[in-house]
Amino acid sequence: MSLDEFPSGPVDTDQLMKGDRVATAMYEDPAIFDAEMDKIFGKCWNWVGHESEVPGKGNFKLSWVGQQPIIISRDRKGELHVLVNRCRHRAASVCEIKKGKTSSFQCPYHGWGYALNGDLRAIPYTEGYSADFDKANYGLKKLRVETFEGMIFATFDWDAEPLEDFLGNAKPWIRLFMKQGGGFPIKALGEHQFKVPMNWKVQLENTTDAYHFPIVHKSFLQSLDGEALDTFSFMEDDDGYVEDLGNGHSVMVMMPELIDLDDDPDAPIPERFAELAETLRKDYDEAQVKRIVRAVGGCGFNLNLFPNAACSLSFFRILRPVSVNETEIRHIALGMEGGPEAANQMRMRLHEHFQGPMGFGSPDDAEVWERVQRGSAGAGELDVMVNRGLGLEKEGENGLPIGDVSAETGMRSAYKMWKKVMDQ
Amino acid sequence: MKDMVATEVTLEEVTAFLWAEADLLDARDYDAWLALWTDDGHYVIPIEKNATDFANTLNIAYDDKAMRKMRVERFQAGFSISSAPPADSVRTVSRIVIDKVEGEVITVRAAQHVIEDKFGRQRAFAANVEWALVVTENGLMIRDKVVRLLNSDGTLTSISYLF
Ligand code: FES
Ligand SMILES: [Fe+2]
Repeated sequence: MSLDEFPSGPVDTDQLMKGDRVATAMYEDPAIFDAEMDKIFGKCWNWVGHESEVPGKGNFKLSWVGQQPIIISRDRKGELHVLVNRCRHRAASVCEIKKGKTSSFQCPYHGWGYALNGDLRAIPYTEGYSADFDKANYGLKKLRVETFEGMIFATFDWDAEPLEDFLGNAKPWIRLFMKQGGGFPIKALGEHQFKVPMNWKVQLENTTDAYHFPIVHKSFLQSLDGEALDTFSFMEDDDGYVEDLGNGHSVMVMMPELIDLDDDPDAPIPERFAELAETLRKDYDEAQVKRIVRAVGGCGFNLNLFPNAACSLSFFRILRPVSVNETEIRHIALGMEGGPEAANQMRMRLHEHFQGPMGFGSPDDAEVWERVQRGSAGAGELDVMVNRGLGLEKEGENGLPIGDVSAETGMRSAYKMWKKVMDQ
Repeated sequence: MKDMVATEVTLEEVTAFLWAEADLLDARDYDAWLALWTDDGHYVIPIEKNATDFANTLNIAYDDKAMRKMRVERFQAGFSISSAPPADSVRTVSRIVIDKVEGEVITVRAAQHVIEDKFGRQRAFAANVEWALVVTENGLMIRDKVVRLLNSDGTLTSISYLF
């Protein structure tokens, strides 16, 4: 046994999470990472997919819970299942197609066949097993699955609280987020995937970090015209805020006028959507045109869902911890199922503009996240400060803190939950 | 080149043009690169392997003339932390095949390997690249360019230069 593998003691969370700051080891220590995989990703409700990714019977999609590969499948009755992608015989993955339709999963190694609900159905040459071998005990390992507003969550913990209790105060915000279907069901249109050499919590922090926006995204802002630029002026305006929603969730409201897309239905159509509106008028009445155009622009807030998801302005941002200093990010573009082609095209063009490996925003985010990981290799005795806004917060209706838009209130909320879960 | 006719353009001339383009991109001489384009086409980096209807799918990049110009301005303005400085790149373009010549349009494809270097680490990208080249009074120009990264639908890394 090398020193690296030597079992470390329990993680001392008081030394790591000190309320207004966290220890550098939080980004650097593989032992903490291993404990997180066990206690956080192994127990909490994790976002695994959206129902539009597995729309019909027999549809499946590969995903992850922490480091563990899983399959989301919809069986013949239309019921959703989340299964560990590992054969119960000698551990081969049973599916390597990212997304598709099937009637069963067959392991390529010795041919064990599993139903869409994970049950073991067929074993080649069964005569090699004695009579007391019971197939019922060797289905694919199942996770508990629940959905909310089309989002699919799973947990390894069969005793976990119901998903809706876990989401708690985040639920009304999820409902508001889904209004950007503009009257159509929300559909995943595609996704950007990229990995960054950083700890997963660097990403967790960033979704409620308005502070970096005018600095890191200056080059994106410079590519906007005056009107669109106005939308992103939240650091200068004083009406944005970050609210702790409990359970590690938080919401950062950047454009309060775009919290509820059904508010203010008579607002004039912004100039940059004039051409789209004109196209839509051929098929829709004026009220619908306005509703769709408003939906295309997206919501005015980022909702952070502990531990791995965010409903971010107009897309899903999903993180996957790979190792202590490597994290994969998915930016899932959303559109309107059965909605106007022109509207979905514009949604995708707006998404491409900022997101993904070559967007005008994401590469700059990736750069600073990597810089955090590179920097935290130095002076490990120093802490990472998440105290911005402390002492300036108000108490919200939920009895939880609300800070101004650039306060680190959301990060403190996530770290509070981190500690609570790690202590269990 | 005034009387250039597409059917008479040789593989050697096409190759020289693609290598000159590759040289501009490695040198990050983006203004000269923009000048290689006609006004109507797209610079596309699709995500889905077999995508052809780029307007109706999500891409990594789907740039018309205005977006290409904005992209270059972003690189040049010096405010993008990922491109100030960007990764250095060295690329080769090879296995060049002229697929089709129709009117003034020459459809070409090639293999491209790019190695980038930043922060003391190197990353490699391989791609099948397709061009629609047009024969004009000023010689060959690019109307469309589609860069099909080998791992386009997998997990990439952020990219601070052009393919
Ligand atoms: S490992 Fe799957 S059948 Fe043997
Ligand atoms: Fe950002």
